[in-house]
Amino acid sequence: MSNWITVCSENDLTPSTGICALHEGEQVAIFFCGKNKEVYAVSNFDPIGEANVLSRGIMGSIGEDVVVASPLYKQHFNLKTGECLEEPEHTLKTYPIRLEGGEVQLQAA
Amino acid sequence: MSKQRVVVVGNGMVGHKFIDNLLQDTKADEFEIITFSEEPRLAYDRVQLSSYFTGATAADLALTDEGYYNDNGVNFVLNDKVTELNTSDNYVVTASGRKESYDKLVLATGSFPFVPPIPGNDQEHCLVYRTIEDLEAINASASQSKVGVVVGGGLLGLEAANALKAAGLETHVVEFAPRLMAVQLDEGGGNLLRRKIEDLGVNVHTEKATTEIVAGETCRYRMNFADGSHLETDMILFSAGIRPQDELARQFDLEIGERGGIVVNDFCQTNVDNVYAIGECALWGGRIFGLVAPGYTMAKVAVSHITGGEEKFLGADMSTKLKLLGVDVASIGDAHGNTPGAQSYTYNDEIEQVYKRLIVSEDGKKVLGAVLVGDVDAYGNLLQMMLNDMDLPENPAGLILPNTGGEEAMGLGVDALPETAQICSCYDVTKGDIMAAVANGCTDMAAIKGETKASTGCGGCAALTKQVLDAELANLGYEVKNDICEHFAYSRKELADIIRVKKIKTFDELLDSHGKGLGCDVCKPAVGSILASYWNDYVLEEEHMGLQDTNDIFLGNMQKDGTYSIVPRVAGGEITPDKLIVLGEVAKEFNLYTKVTGGQRIDLFGAQLHELPIIWKKLVDAGFETGHAYGKSVRTVKSCVGSTWCRYGVNDSVGFAINIEDRYKGLRSPHKLKFAVSGCTRECAEAQCKDVGVIATENGWNLYVCGNGGMRPRHADLFATDLDDDTLIKYVDRFLMFYIRTADRLQRTSVWLENLEGGLDYLKEVIIDDKLGLGAELEAEMAANIGNYQCEWKTTVESSEKLKRFQHFINSDDTDSNLAYVVEREQRRPATKEERIQSVELVD
Repeated sequence: MSNWITVCSENDLTPSTGICALHEGEQVAIFFCGKNKEVYAVSNFDPIGEANVLSRGIMGSIGEDVVVASPLYKQHFNLKTGECLEEPEHTLKTYPIRLEGGEVQLQAA
Repeated sequence: MSKQRVVVVGNGMVGHKFIDNLLQDTKADEFEIITFSEEPRLAYDRVQLSSYFTGATAADLALTDEGYYNDNGVNFVLNDKVTELNTSDNYVVTASGRKESYDKLVLATGSFPFVPPIPGNDQEHCLVYRTIEDLEAINASASQSKVGVVVGGGLLGLEAANALKAAGLETHVVEFAPRLMAVQLDEGGGNLLRRKIEDLGVNVHTEKATTEIVAGETCRYRMNFADGSHLETDMILFSAGIRPQDELARQFDLEIGERGGIVVNDFCQTNVDNVYAIGECALWGGRIFGLVAPGYTMAKVAVSHITGGEEKFLGADMSTKLKLLGVDVASIGDAHGNTPGAQSYTYNDEIEQVYKRLIVSEDGKKVLGAVLVGDVDAYGNLLQMMLNDMDLPENPAGLILPNTGGEEAMGLGVDALPETAQICSCYDVTKGDIMAAVANGCTDMAAIKGETKASTGCGGCAALTKQVLDAELANLGYEVKNDICEHFAYSRKELADIIRVKKIKTFDELLDSHGKGLGCDVCKPAVGSILASYWNDYVLEEEHMGLQDTNDIFLGNMQKDGTYSIVPRVAGGEITPDKLIVLGEVAKEFNLYTKVTGGQRIDLFGAQLHELPIIWKKLVDAGFETGHAYGKSVRTVKSCVGSTWCRYGVNDSVGFAINIEDRYKGLRSPHKLKFAVSGCTRECAEAQCKDVGVIATENGWNLYVCGNGGMRPRHADLFATDLDDDTLIKYVDRFLMFYIRTADRLQRTSVWLENLEGGLDYLKEVIIDDKLGLGAELEAEMAANIGNYQCEWKTTVESSEKLKRFQHFINSDDTDSNLAYVVEREQRRPATKEERIQSVELVD
């Protein structure tokens, strides 16, 4: 059975923005979409700008994909798959995430 | 009927082009294709080879892939060189012993780099530059070298020099001839190219004949020259020209030219039936064509002949335009003026380092050739005039003289070109082809490229292709689309009108009523800015938060490592010693890198998220306000000291600068805004390169607008003279609001004015004469904006709820462990990648 770890409360989320959580020693960028009420979790490390900044990027959509734009050099990363749209050789690690009883939870490894 | 077997020897750019063309042919079904390559990979773009050193991978350079060949039934054999040719029994044999019969044989073996027969040229770090494997060897050698020499100062040699320079080596070019690119450039052009390349740190040695390569004293090797001098180097790249790869043909009785090359006729046939040669291995009319475009034409001609067509190869224009080591160089037609009776015009600007020479016919009516170095804008025009045998205009010198303003740049305009004019030489695309593509529904460059392939080869014709596209769109009455992004089918100006007229207060409201999707990093900040311009809410209200760039959310400028810089407002550049001490103390306490900005303020770098509110609390308590250096908003009003101190000042420029900075501070706009006030015409505040510039006169203020420094400098235009304070403020209110209403996203005032129909005169009519009757409305909007001003940092530090965001982790007090710094000139700066790897002394 999988274990879910609470990282913060749903109230900590602002629609259409990201926050960063420390999860089992890794920096995880968490995004909350105000429209579809979904949460997404990817690595906070921007592999192109090489800094822990993705939670501070602007969230949006390109076509059907829900994406975040890096605040450093503006590449877009698919929040579901982690894939970089402009430079597909870069893919972010993604994390299983859920909203449960008013809490934001990430799955334990 | 059984298929004819076509064997293609060589899978370089031209060999592949032949296969591709044959596959596209209507008779493709009648042929079975097999191709051999001695290289380990299928065709790749050798023209862009040097991009391998700036990060392109072999995959980026690939022109095709195995999947494409498999899908189209093309058999390919890599790593296996064809070594034997039997033209009586029609078969070839490879190095591995494979035997393949043919009905048609196409030799596309290309060329090989010529290595001068110098004793010692076969040592380990003596290399050539042609294949991806060569580049790998160069990389490996460069990593063990400090100094590198390229032998050969031609086009490829300079490309190779660029590669060595990019690898961080001390780079030398050794050339036998008296100048660089002797084939394409005349003396003046060659001299300027040399000067420019030397300015870039590449050492050029001309008229040097290398006699031997021996062991060096300070480096790995020493090159001895015929004139007694020598040069020490760790590696040597030979790039002294190419030779046709005609070995196979030579061994098996095909006709070869005296100086090499497989002799072909106008159909690219060799002297043996059913054997063709195309590309750099082929000799037509006694010439080898060492560019890709003629090779592609030959490929087309050979396909035509094999499929029963009658296309002919009739030579090719060898004009070229390229960037070598960042220097623009072009050569057209008879660049040396060898045509009997040829005359020339020369323009040589040693200050701006531009050289242009136009060669014209004896009667002065036609272009024969040209050399352009440093500024190649005229290339497209001149080439078309030459290729289409067009008459020169009355004053041909105008074609190469710089555009000194006022007049339109002299050009023939794409409308003057005949439909047969070739726009893209790589893919033989004519103006007529592009017009047809537009008529078929292609309305942007991407579509044109997909449909015609124009400007997908060397890219040199991109500007011209775009001009033809735009002209054709205009002719057909298309409106150029100006949508801000995929989420809104409106321009920024239209969105601003919608927001203002419909009193829309949030992004979601606008998206629901006028857009689709979730928005993106283009439309969100733009709409956030428009909302702030009109309603001036606190930008960190929850409903606006998601719209802001990180700089606006955290009210600082994000730096490359994810930390922020802090710039408090120092209105007019006036600061008390006490405040200066506060800045110093704060910088010291938080170990912030400190630098004075061009806008007369102090920039403090390296603050982490959690430090921002603590630092700003101290600054706000000491009486500072945010400087909005992070926003698309009014930045600074620079001033000179003015009449209060200066012997020459005629008005109080500092006082007035502080007035207007306080008035417009925080105003959100399509792009940043910079102002300046000078106290006299000496103009020490440099007001004429600002969006709004004010210069004191004996009779009041002169107002300048729409200047710009930075990337694209523009002198401001004089807008009104001898104004009193109130009139000037009124004009600036109207001017700024009109700009905010009508400009495109990220359009500075300079570009906005240049695109404003009616230009400066129209702007004066709107602002001064109030032609549109908008004056009062614009002033009222500005007044409302000013009335709603708040210091965002003051609001933020006073709200515990807002402060929650200023923490790296939502669930931990830890900070970002990835940050690393080194000390330089007594201050810290982010460690480079290399420093991190070597873990030199890092500091917190």
